[in-house]
Amino acid sequence: MTMKKLLKGGLAAVMALSMYACSANSGGSSSSDGGAIKLGMSGPLSGGAAIYGQAVQRGAEIAIEEVNEAGKVKFELNAQDDEADPTKSPNAYGVLKDWGMQVSLGCVTSGAGSAVSADYQNDKIFAMTPSGSSMDVILNSATNEYYGTVFQMCFTDPNQGVASADYLSAHSDLGSKVAVIWKNDDNYSTGVHDKFVEEANKVGLEIVSDSTFNDSNDSDFSVQIKAAQDSGADILFLPIYYEPAAAILVAADQVGYKPTVFGVDGLDGILGVEGFDTSLAEGVYLLTPFSADATDEKTVNFVKKYQEKYGEIPNQFAADAYDVVYAFAKACEEGGVTADMSASDIAEIMVKQFTSMTFDGITGTGMTWAETGEVSKDPKAMVIKDGAYVGVQD
Amino acid sequence: MAFLSYLISGLSLGSVYAIIALGYSMVYGIAKMLNFAHGDVIMIGAYVSYFAMTLMGFPFYIALLVAVFACTILGVTIERLAYKPLRQAPSLAVLITAIGVSYFLQNGAQLLWSASAKMYPNAFGNGQIKMFNGELSISYTTIITILVCILVMICLTLFINKTKTGSAMRACSEDKGAATLMGINVNKIISITFAIGSGLAAIAAVLLCSQYPTVSPTLGSMPGIKAFTAAVFGGIGSIPGALLGGLALGIIETLTKAYISTQLSDAIVFAVLIIVLLIKPTGLLGKKISEKV
Repeated sequence: MTMKKLLKGGLAAVMALSMYACSANSGGSSSSDGGAIKLGMSGPLSGGAAIYGQAVQRGAEIAIEEVNEAGKVKFELNAQDDEADPTKSPNAYGVLKDWGMQVSLGCVTSGAGSAVSADYQNDKIFAMTPSGSSMDVILNSATNEYYGTVFQMCFTDPNQGVASADYLSAHSDLGSKVAVIWKNDDNYSTGVHDKFVEEANKVGLEIVSDSTFNDSNDSDFSVQIKAAQDSGADILFLPIYYEPAAAILVAADQVGYKPTVFGVDGLDGILGVEGFDTSLAEGVYLLTPFSADATDEKTVNFVKKYQEKYGEIPNQFAADAYDVVYAFAKACEEGGVTADMSASDIAEIMVKQFTSMTFDGITGTGMTWAETGEVSKDPKAMVIKDGAYVGVQD
Repeated sequence: MAFLSYLISGLSLGSVYAIIALGYSMVYGIAKMLNFAHGDVIMIGAYVSYFAMTLMGFPFYIALLVAVFACTILGVTIERLAYKPLRQAPSLAVLITAIGVSYFLQNGAQLLWSASAKMYPNAFGNGQIKMFNGELSISYTTIITILVCILVMICLTLFINKTKTGSAMRACSEDKGAATLMGINVNKIISITFAIGSGLAAIAAVLLCSQYPTVSPTLGSMPGIKAFTAAVFGGIGSIPGALLGGLALGIIETLTKAYISTQLSDAIVFAVLIIVLLIKPTGLLGKKISEKV
């Protein structure tokens, strides 16, 4: 008897709650009809790459708060979890589309992103990914045509490879013999590596050791490190993500090998690996467009807000997302986009705006975009000093 | 000198494979089943010792004991809950259950400790022994790994050959029915086998992570598969076979990476396995079993 009563009471409570939730929901959306443009985003909010997805979400939220306060354009964000998994990002896309997204921050990671780029093209929704850096995100490799509605805020992988080789050849004080360790079953790593090798040959950078690993072999690096050490390489180029990179640094330390380690944006996050002795990362160079210790007003403001809200220094992914939202705001304002327009109308205006405007953000100034969706901006070199990322003055 | 150095890395990797392979081999020899969850017991051992060292601040030998204890309990529990009810079931059912247990442990670990990797503290310090005017340097971790492997092999061989439980185990592996008739409690022997195998998994976990410090929920699966290969390679069910198979696999893998290709290393390792099995279907030291009709 009591059980039944409890059950009834519980059911009633659940129903009341859900009704309340419904009304609250409809209230929310009706107020957003008053002018908020719906921004979608999908990224790894949980799982191994969660550090990236969370950073993007946080960076975007800070920017949206500021943009909404300024009052010229209003945004509303819906972030979906895709676990950086290409089989899950289409689901996340579906959820966002049902929600009525008008513009999107696309996917945080390349693999998940390239799985939905065709959807953005077919549904004519404009997306700009803060951090999906593979060519596959903007280029349909089957037809060799650009999607046209998917743009990037970060460099493409090939650009990172080229920029790294150029940087190393311009700074010969770092070393002259390069060893590369890359991941052969990863799109991102392979892309950066191939272009790096190509450009290195052009600019006369000597690659003395070139070895790889893959997903099933990502713990034992003793052979690769030994090969690099024996070849006399004084620069170790790691176009990979930070988790295996941390293991590589430990393996190098075990045999007392101390090259100048150089990486690209995937290394961002290495200081946050649990249990990792960050002193091993001292002096690691990485080529990324954002440095949290820059002294310009915009960066200082962003870093301060991020730290207050989330208790950590923002990484490059957060900064990229922050810039994407501001770029959207600028394009919407100048193109006269309003919240009652359809996604495809907005997409048309956005493509026009982005290919014609110049944008100054915290990840670069004077950014421009090609019709392909690729961005053009200058990378900055950063070095890890005393457990923090510091911009290199040159 | 580089060759010698690669050879020693291979020996140390092979030692870890050998200890893991022992777990597969013993369980197969006695329970006649493939315990595919073995690799994931290693993973649990790695996490337990990681937390014992970082959260509790235990020195590494206490952490090792804690991990051995935890894995032993885990191994016996898995056997009790998942495998024992299936003792009379067809072997395929047990195999599928083992795969299920493996996924259960992996996803459970992901839920508990998240999928992001943690870096294992260096238990043995960064010391090195230098030889030949410093041309060859061997880290303490490598030496300890090889020594522990040899020690484990000696202890286990003595245990199997000199103790009463050991003889009972051998009896079970030869003929379970006859062993029961002789008054041996076969269920107890199988439990003991799982306990020993899982305890060895914990030792392997600490050695593996001291050398290759990435701790993640999928940490055990690849070494597990490689060690299983090593067990088959050496002759599954045979203890010296597990040692030989493990060492051979470790050395082949390292030398392939060093001299042929880092991209093709796994392909070549498994190709060698196929060739060995084509020539000697029971593995290097496997017993020839003639089926009686």
